[in-house]
Formats: sequence, C-alpha cells, structure tokens
Amino acid sequence: MKNDKIDIRWHGRGGQGAITAAKIVAKAMFASGYAGVVMVPTFGTERRGAPVFTSLKISKEKIYNLSPIDKPDIIVVLDHVLLEEENILSGLKEDGLIVVNSPCSIDDYRFDGRKVAICDVSTLSVKAGLPEGMVNSGIIGAFAFASTIIGMEALVEAIKEEFSDRRPDNNAQAALLAYENTIIGG
Amino acid sequence: MHIIESGNVAAAQGVKLSRAQVIAAYPITPQTPLTEKLSEFIESGEMDAQYVPVESEHSALAVCIAASSTGARAFTATSANGLLYMHEQIHWAAGARLPLVMCVVNRGVGAPWTIWNDHQDSISQRDTGWIQIYVNDHQQIIDGVIKAFMLAEEVMIPVMLCYDGYLLSHTYMPFEVPGQEQVDAFLPPYKPAYALDPAHPANLNTVTLPEVRVDAKGRTAHGYMEIRYLLQEDMQGAIKVMSRVEERFKEHFGRGGNPHYETYRCEDARFIAVSMGSLSYHLREVIDSLRDDGIKAGIMSIHLYRPFPAQVIAQGLEGAEGVVVFEKALSYGYEGALCSDVKAALYTFNGSRKKRPFVHNYILGLGGREIKTTDLYEAFKDTCLNNGKADVGLKWIGLKI
Amino acid sequence: MGTRQYGHKTSHSEPGPGDGGRTGSWRVARPILDANACIPAKRGTAACFICWLYCPDGVITRTIPPGIDYEYCKGCGICAEECPTKAITMVEESCFILTEERKR
Repeated sequence: MKNDKIDIRWHGRGGQGAITAAKIVAKAMFASGYAGVVMVPTFGTERRGAPVFTSLKISKEKIYNLSPIDKPDIIVVLDHVLLEEENILSGLKEDGLIVVNSPCSIDDYRFDGRKVAICDVSTLSVKAGLPEGMVNSGIIGAFAFASTIIGMEALVEAIKEEFSDRRPDNNAQAALLAYENTIIGG
Repeated sequence: MHIIESGNVAAAQGVKLSRAQVIAAYPITPQTPLTEKLSEFIESGEMDAQYVPVESEHSALAVCIAASSTGARAFTATSANGLLYMHEQIHWAAGARLPLVMCVVNRGVGAPWTIWNDHQDSISQRDTGWIQIYVNDHQQIIDGVIKAFMLAEEVMIPVMLCYDGYLLSHTYMPFEVPGQEQVDAFLPPYKPAYALDPAHPANLNTVTLPEVRVDAKGRTAHGYMEIRYLLQEDMQGAIKVMSRVEERFKEHFGRGGNPHYETYRCEDARFIAVSMGSLSYHLREVIDSLRDDGIKAGIMSIHLYRPFPAQVIAQGLEGAEGVVVFEKALSYGYEGALCSDVKAALYTFNGSRKKRPFVHNYILGLGGREIKTTDLYEAFKDTCLNNGKADVGLKWIGLKI
Repeated sequence: MGTRQYGHKTSHSEPGPGDGGRTGSWRVARPILDANACIPAKRGTAACFICWLYCPDGVITRTIPPGIDYEYCKGCGICAEECPTKAITMVEESCFILTEERKR
C-alpha cells in the first residue's frame, strides 16, 4: 500500500454511521496534509439495517474520479455479520488489510493471507459510555491501530469535533479503547 | 476556511453567503439536504431570510417569482420531476426577467421512476430562457452560487446552477468557504430597476398583444415579440457578462477564471472529449491513459451551456481532428443536445474551413448507470483509432440490452 | 446476456418474491416462531394467521404452523408485535451466524 494514494472501503448497515466514521478519517487525513480526500457513499434506497458501503479515497493530490472503490487497500467492517452475507471483500488488494468489529477470536478469520485486524468495538463502546450499537467512533481506533496511516491525536480531535454535541468524550474514549485492544493476524 | 462537506452543503453555504432573502422550496431527492440545511441556518439565526414551505415545486417557483418582483433576492432548488413540475413557472420567470437563482441537483426523469443521476432534467429546460451553468466539484458549487446571483442581477435573467445528484450532492470533499465580508465586497445587495411598489403601481406581465401599442403616457410599448427578442439579446450579452463576473471573482477570491469552459491537456490535442459536470473530471484519468498510449487527447468541460458560447467553443475545438461528446441526456428522436449544439457551433464558425473535426456522440450514465473508467477509455480510444470512420449514429456506453 | 428479450418496453414489476433483491440480508433480528404457543399449530387446524395477515412483505405462509421465508424477511418485527399469544420472538441475527464457517 503506497502512502500517497489509499483507498478505504467502509461496510456497515444503514444507520450505523459508516459515513460519519469515514468523514472523520477524511477530515483528519486532510488536516495532516493529504490534499485529496473524497468520500463516496452508496446512493439510493436507504433503510436502517440495509448493507451499505462508503468509499473513502485519500491522496496527496486532488482526486477527480468519484467512482466507488473497486480495489480497496483497506476494508473496514462495522458489523461482522456482514462478512457472511455479501461479498464485501471483493477487489481487496493482495497486500490489503481488513478491519472488523467482531467479538470472535482472531483465529476465526482467514482471508487468503491478507492482514486482518479484529476488535470487539461493540463491547468497548458500551464500556466507554456509549449506547449499544454505536460503533462508528470506536471503529476508527481499530482502523488507526491496524493501518498506521494516521495517529490517534488527529483522529481524536476530529472525533470530538464531529460529535461536539453528542458525547464527544465518550466517543473519543471508545476510539482510544479500540486502539488499545485491536489484534492483528492473518 | 476549508471544510469537508457534501455538495449540497456547499450550495447551502453559497446561498447563505449570498444573503438570499427568500427561500421557497419543496424537498426532492437528491436536493433535500440542501434545503434542509438552509432551513437550519434560518432557524438558528445564522441566516436572515424567510423560508416559505410550499406544497409543490410549481408553488415554490411562484413564491420566488413573487418575492423577486418585490425586490427580494430569492432562491430555490429542485431536481428531476420537481423541475418538471415547475416548468410553466420556469418559462414565466425568464419572460418576467427576474434574477432568480435555482440549484438543479441533476437527476433522471420518470418514467420509469429513478432517483439517480443524469442530466435529462435540466437539459430538457434548455429552451426556456434561463442561463444554465454546469459545475464539476464542490468548490465550483459554492463559488457558482455566489457568481450566479451576481450574473442574474446584472442581466436580469434567472440562472440555473446544475450539479450532479449523488455524485456531487452526496459526496464529501474539501472546499474553501469564503468569509462573509469577502462575499459582501463582491456581491452588492439586490437593487432592481423596478420592484412592486404601491407608490408606483403597475401590472406586470399582463396579456400582451401581438402588435406594439401606445401606452397611457404616449410611449410605444413592446409587443410580445419585442419582449422575447430582448430576452434573447440579453442572453447573448450574458456571455460577455459572465466573463466579467468571472474576472471579478478571481480578483476577489483568487480562483476561477474559466467562465465558459475549462480544459485539460487540450493544447496539442488531436481528439477532444466534451462533457459537462463531474463526468468531465472523471474523464481526466482516461485522457491520461490515452496520452500514455501515445494518443493526444484532451477534454473540454463546458460550464456555460445557455447561452451557448458557440464562437469560443468552436475556436477551442477547431484545431482538433475529432470531437467526442459524452452526454448523460438526449433529445429523444435525434441525438444528444450538447452534441447538436457543438456541431452547429462548428458549422457556423468553421464554415470557411474545409476540414472540420468529426463529431461523435456517446450517451451514458442514464438513471445513474455506473460509468466505468475502462468503458470510457475503450470507447474514446476506439473512436480515436478509427478516426471517426465508424457509424455516425449516436452510441451508448454501459448499455446492457 | 442482454435484456432485449425482456418483453416489456417499460418498467413493469409483478408481485412475487425477489423482485427487490435478497432483502433478507437487511435483517438485524429474525422472527422465531414457537409452535407450542402458536394457535394453528396447537389446534392442528387453520386458525388465527394474524402473522400472515400483517406481514408487509408476504413472507409468511398460511401453513400449520406458519412458515417464514428468511430469504426475504426484513426483520421488521410486526409479526412478533401482533401475534396474540406472543408465539413469535425477535432474535438477534448474529446468533445465527455459523462460527465454524469463517475460513476462506
């Protein structure tokens, strides 16, 4: 994965906040010098629970292509149940990374030699004082630990700004806990 | 100040900074977040305007027409079938010479029902006498709204600012939000020559006879045809006014400078792609690939569509061997509207030359059909290599029939 | 293969399962019917069928006991809400994921 162009695909369910998570990472990356960031959500029929994905493209230069990501460098999965249903890992590059919010063990996951990162964001988010099911801030911590493309400081700032009137400290805490409890395997 | 937000928010920010005074709109995907944001700004006091919730788009434009007639700066936004619903009023606003600004968040029209992007909605309104501008990214959206108000009020013609539904309205990218003082220095308050005033009563846009007539003060008043002629004359004049607005914008804000179209790698291009909206930026990758293959390609992205700056467009294309027009709409029964306009421009302004570029037309992306870079590349390359000798009829990209 | 042979020249949607895709994937919880509490199941005759009646997607069959098509059931929970004997409960979907089938 070259650090001047990174394609990250976020998979979640409608209402889970995948778009917000991607937006927070976009802001932090932009603030740290990546002039090109575009976030392209799936468009269309929306409903709580339906599988959705959003494409986050990051580059040192302005991005002109707004198509969804075909060949991601990183895939972030906000709900491990999605791994069973759809072919959400399609196109992942050979040296790609998968980050999953899952309560299962890292040994349960084998993806053809790709790097996998597991974190029980759901549980940790509740521990951080968030209502059940709110995983979009926590998943950012797991993503940061596994991808190493950006430090937690910039992300925590972006998280607090995004959630400024909705429990900013709890959300930041969820991300930090996830950062410290992510396991890499594969 | 840079923010990362959606195209709809960029538009809303532009409207707020332009100090629009009356907003009347009806929600429709994918425009809704734009009007929601405006109502939030007004509710919070951040924006000093009146939001008039209406029961339809037809009424939305009616309210804007009325507000503008009293001297208020008015704005609305819509898409697709909403735009079609106000069609009668669109003609009205142009004939009434009111400087409204409307964002059209491009979406395909029914039947069949679609909520996804193409250009049929605004393209089908090209004959109405509204100025039409197509923009390619979020910076151009926010800047475009501010310029639109200036242009509209300068020529007294309503302006439609068009940007792609979903592809721009719902995607997020960084753009600069200018400061209010900066915009105030650029865009003065709206001062019409006449606004409804009980002290100077008048009957606006009444039944107008085919013939000219002598009015109560002994002056010869326009017949219907003179009024419509003046709209055309001022539309044509708007081509130069747009250049001045763009120049002035560049002086104030340090960006812009392409009032009619923007190009990429056209300087020595043998083959030039022509398109509008976000597709123009998508095509840059294709141009780069073709150049790597040794094919000298470039792209002309048209911003000002109506009035159609035919002469400058023809000048920009005349050096090429071939022109390929990629469009997300068509005039059913014939071909892409933009393609016809380009051909007419080349015919009019290249008439004396023996060698005109061939012009090919591709229709794509209707109803949000995904546009794949590889398909664009194959189609463009095919046309270039065959030197335009393939069928003359329009072709489709991404069709699965 | 293209769509040329489709037959209609307009958008034409007929009733039947699957026209909207595999909507079962939208579920976060699934309805589970307990035959011991279900009226038609207990009586062995056609009765009640309120779940079938209320299901907005028509994925419940008027059989004894009623059957639920999990390919399309979206997990809206209306059947569980309306069942007069509370024979239907909504159970989290993640409980049904087979833990051993994770290798690729």
